[in-house]
Amino acid sequence: MDAITVSDVYKKFSKPADSFWKRMLNRNHAGNGKNGNGSNGNGKNGASAENGHLPYVVAVDHVTFSVPKGEIFGVLGPNGGGKSTLIRLISTLMLPDSGRIDVLGYDVVRQPMKVQERINRVSVEASFFKKLSPMENLLYGARLYGLEAGDVRKRVVEILTRLGLEKRDIFNPMEEMSRGMQQKVAIARALLSRPELLLLDEPTTGLDPRSKREVQAVIRELRDQDGTTMILTTHDMTEADTLCDRIAIMNHGKIIALDTPQALKAMIVSKNGTEVTLEDVFLELTGSKLVSEEEEPV
Amino acid sequence: MTALTVQFRASYAFVERNFNLIKRYWSWELVWLVYSVAESLSVSFIGLGMGAISGSDQPLPQVDTSYFVLYLLIGTLVWRFLSTIFYWITDLINIERWEGTIEYTLMAPIHRLTHMAGQTFFSVVYSLLFTGVILGITAMVFEIDLGEANLLGGVLVLLAGSFSFIGIGIMASSLPLLFPERGSQMTHVFVALLLLISGVYYPVSVLPGFLKELAVISPATYVLEGVRLALLDSAPTGSLWRFVWPVLLMGMALIPAGLWVFGQAERYAKRKGKLHRNG
Repeated sequence: MDAITVSDVYKKFSKPADSFWKRMLNRNHAGNGKNGNGSNGNGKNGASAENGHLPYVVAVDHVTFSVPKGEIFGVLGPNGGGKSTLIRLISTLMLPDSGRIDVLGYDVVRQPMKVQERINRVSVEASFFKKLSPMENLLYGARLYGLEAGDVRKRVVEILTRLGLEKRDIFNPMEEMSRGMQQKVAIARALLSRPELLLLDEPTTGLDPRSKREVQAVIRELRDQDGTTMILTTHDMTEADTLCDRIAIMNHGKIIALDTPQALKAMIVSKNGTEVTLEDVFLELTGSKLVSEEEEPV
Repeated sequence: MTALTVQFRASYAFVERNFNLIKRYWSWELVWLVYSVAESLSVSFIGLGMGAISGSDQPLPQVDTSYFVLYLLIGTLVWRFLSTIFYWITDLINIERWEGTIEYTLMAPIHRLTHMAGQTFFSVVYSLLFTGVILGITAMVFEIDLGEANLLGGVLVLLAGSFSFIGIGIMASSLPLLFPERGSQMTHVFVALLLLISGVYYPVSVLPGFLKELAVISPATYVLEGVRLALLDSAPTGSLWRFVWPVLLMGMALIPAGLWVFGQAERYAKRKGKLHRNG
């Protein structure tokens, strides 16, 4: 049985457009002989508009793939390409407009609790109660998964020191920690519930090189020792190349390529005789520049 | 580990988290307490100043000033208790939106009932303690003697009334889910309307016709009347039943209704992708 099966999943969002009055005026104009299409709807991100309706953005466009158990599956794509939406759909935080997602044999729409019991997620923004300490935050997170407080306290210290945090930091408010340290706490939160599927949405963004390596080592260890299946979105092509068994490249909500890193690199021909990198493949296929995380709209 | 144990632990997560938040924000709690005490005192002082307000420099002979002070004080205390429960429950989403943790909480494998139960239990205990402290301070300032009052009966009516406010709170907590930017401000409208029609500082009999009719469907109306009867007139607990059963009935209807509304709002937010936007 595959860990994840995504079948023809489609998700669009209506786009906040002009004010109500402006839209009404536009509609009146349209009624006066002009073409009645909404204002927006030009190409980027698949933004579109239907007659008399708000423009919309297609975030995930009929995506299909499956991930076998124990695999690290990478998802690459430009900002706004639909990676985070895909992660949210798998993690039951969004409902697809059509299609079906099964996680470890359970439908994310019909059996969300069964799915939630088996997954966890690390997002790019380490979201915590900033005044609370890592211990208090992680205890809260672990209790939500029904874990026993005594065990959790021990494991929090174990995991966080393994990720390079000082013991005293574990009891100080999160707001006193650097972004990199907060991200490590976010990773510890996801590991506490021992998920069968771990969704890693740009987990190393903003980390210094040493922290990045520590996190990557934990990812490898989880796969090798526990057989945890992982979906990893990242902008770091080297990270994707070294960690992922297979990689899907998304653009405008569609998967435009899916294969092993080696096979993807074999898809294009080197232009100047140097070895082809995953970054070359990415730029060739998406035709986009790599842009910073802050610009990510979806 | 049974499913019940898991849900119980998950429910306790909210109690412990809120306690930790209070501990870390203790200075804010102190400010809030000072504000609440000042508000209760200032409203109750209206009773003492009755003579001056009415144009006379002496208390009016037909007005029992201490009764009037206690009448107003009960209004402020009951209102503080019920509105604190309401705001803690609506904070279910507000706090998490503010901190950005909402997605992590809503993707945890817990029933919404479990989620609400933890937050509700904490809100009732917190409100009881908070209101108790205000009562203690104001009773000292006004030298109020509650020796004859049926305190137990008053607390029973208060607790019975809290169920319906829990239901209204759950309903209102769906607003921040639906409107990430302004949802938390919208919840104030519930409190403002209930304050107007429930006879917090005046008997509902002074309200104009249509508001008087609305007062009948406000649970706070029954709670205020019941508590006043218990504390002002020392009514025996048995006689308070006529205030208890309507609010219990309302609670029985409002809590499931609140959970249903919240469930629909959560589904809508998941469909429209509104969970991850910080307001």
